[in-house]
Amino acid sequence: MAEEKKLFKVTIDNITVEVEPGTSILQAARQIGGDVAPPAMCYYTKLKGSGGKCRTCLVEVAAGSTADPRPMPKLVASCRTNVMDGMIVKNITSEKVIDARNGVVEMLLINHPLDCPICDQAGECSLQDLSYEHGKEGTRYEFQRRTFAKHDLGPYIQLHMTRCILCYRCVFTADQLTEKRVHGVLDRGDHAEIATYIQKALDNDFIGNIIDVCPVGALTDKTFRFKNRVWFLKPVDAHRNCNHEKCNGKVTLWYRGNEVFRVTARKDEWGEVKDWICNECRFEKKETSDWEIEGPTKISRHSVISQGHYVGVQRPQEVLYDVLDGRKPQLLMDIHSVSKVNQPDIDLSKIQGPSHSTDFNK
Amino acid sequence: MQPLTNRAKSVDRKPMTMWEKMYLPAIAKGMSITFGHMFKRKPTVNYPEKTRPFSPVFRGLHVLNRDEEGRERCTACGLCAVACPAEAITMEGAERLPGEENLYREEKYAAKYEINMLRCIFCGLCEEACPKDAIYLSETFAPANYTRKGFIYGKDSLLIPNPVTHPEEYAKAKGQHQ
Repeated sequence: MAEEKKLFKVTIDNITVEVEPGTSILQAARQIGGDVAPPAMCYYTKLKGSGGKCRTCLVEVAAGSTADPRPMPKLVASCRTNVMDGMIVKNITSEKVIDARNGVVEMLLINHPLDCPICDQAGECSLQDLSYEHGKEGTRYEFQRRTFAKHDLGPYIQLHMTRCILCYRCVFTADQLTEKRVHGVLDRGDHAEIATYIQKALDNDFIGNIIDVCPVGALTDKTFRFKNRVWFLKPVDAHRNCNHEKCNGKVTLWYRGNEVFRVTARKDEWGEVKDWICNECRFEKKETSDWEIEGPTKISRHSVISQGHYVGVQRPQEVLYDVLDGRKPQLLMDIHSVSKVNQPDIDLSKIQGPSHSTDFNK
Repeated sequence: MQPLTNRAKSVDRKPMTMWEKMYLPAIAKGMSITFGHMFKRKPTVNYPEKTRPFSPVFRGLHVLNRDEEGRERCTACGLCAVACPAEAITMEGAERLPGEENLYREEKYAAKYEINMLRCIFCGLCEEACPKDAIYLSETFAPANYTRKGFIYGKDSLLIPNPVTHPEEYAKAKGQHQ
């Protein structure tokens, strides 16, 4: 007779859930879902060893376990603390946690340049969401924010070190996904920075995934740089037969009109990549003919990306043709004959890297 | 029927008296009101020669602002376009090249910026959304035009004159709006 696995009963914000031993509090909370799940900036389910750095997932443990029901003396990082049977956890019901999280967000934003109007990550940025929820309107920091010498990471990836929160996700990604990691965190403390030490392009087949795992806009797609804001693009699920054995070619295409502006991996509800994709899929295949379209990506109604996506609209019946006895209404102006935006002769998706004044003034 | 309010008045259908049938007193009363207006202050102005001052919160034609050094403030962040309820604003961003620092304030700028004045409802939400103080609704009207094509306003018609390179035009434009 197979021995039945004992499940641990854990109560998070007065909701009880049964999870397997060895589950972290964060994963247990994610099983419940919704607001109960603490936010995570550095923890990534698919990356071994990630977590425990950003402290945004702090929770209060009101009772350690049934055997030892004493509360834990300090707030604990839920991504790194495993559940015990009978554990009682408080997340959003605890004032201490909310207060600590506000403090953590303030700390994360101390050196952040807050250049969201320029940043390509804006609209899908974890730090933006987090500070929207927990941040203060003003800053109490009176000193110069840290700056770094510009560091070139090659033709595909753009590094903005000032935006980095040092979550180490990209380092773990390069370690666990690629054969050879050439970038890492150099120096210590305030000087710590993501760099390659010797100027070297990141060119491994899977290195593009560090763009997706980056919770802020520190690592962005150079081929998509400044081309458009994410909320004006139309995300579409697509796949292709990728020759790379580790890549299954399941991606999200970001369209403007008929142009593929950007290719990313598909993300789950926690903003984590479902399947890693290779560089070829991400950077080279920007034609609709390269892909098989599956359908529009489901975007949370609360995301800014869902703006302008009118779902379930019932169009009233067109009566103009009946009224005009079959004649067509006269087109008074074709907007494309006047507008200089989105001109057919300038294919932004064909331009490698960001567009410049030279591309527009041909 | 039960009246809804107590303010209803029944219509007076009594036959007119002799005094009322003469009409003359009523005419005199009406004319006195008419001629009385000749001695009151005129509520109208002779428009093209005279103009009324705009209210300080008037929302008119958009302008794209520059900073003191004459650099464009807009970074094509798209917040005005996403805030626009009429979807009148479109833009295309580009990266600033080395040597263009005197033209654009930040690393990214709007290479193309267009407002469709046929769609615009002058609600001012773009002005409120702008994080860079780049777009303002000025105290002028969008002028009339014979064709629809004239209502697609690009950067050439929206940008204010450069205060560094064209100080006279800048002063003139500023004087008109104040």
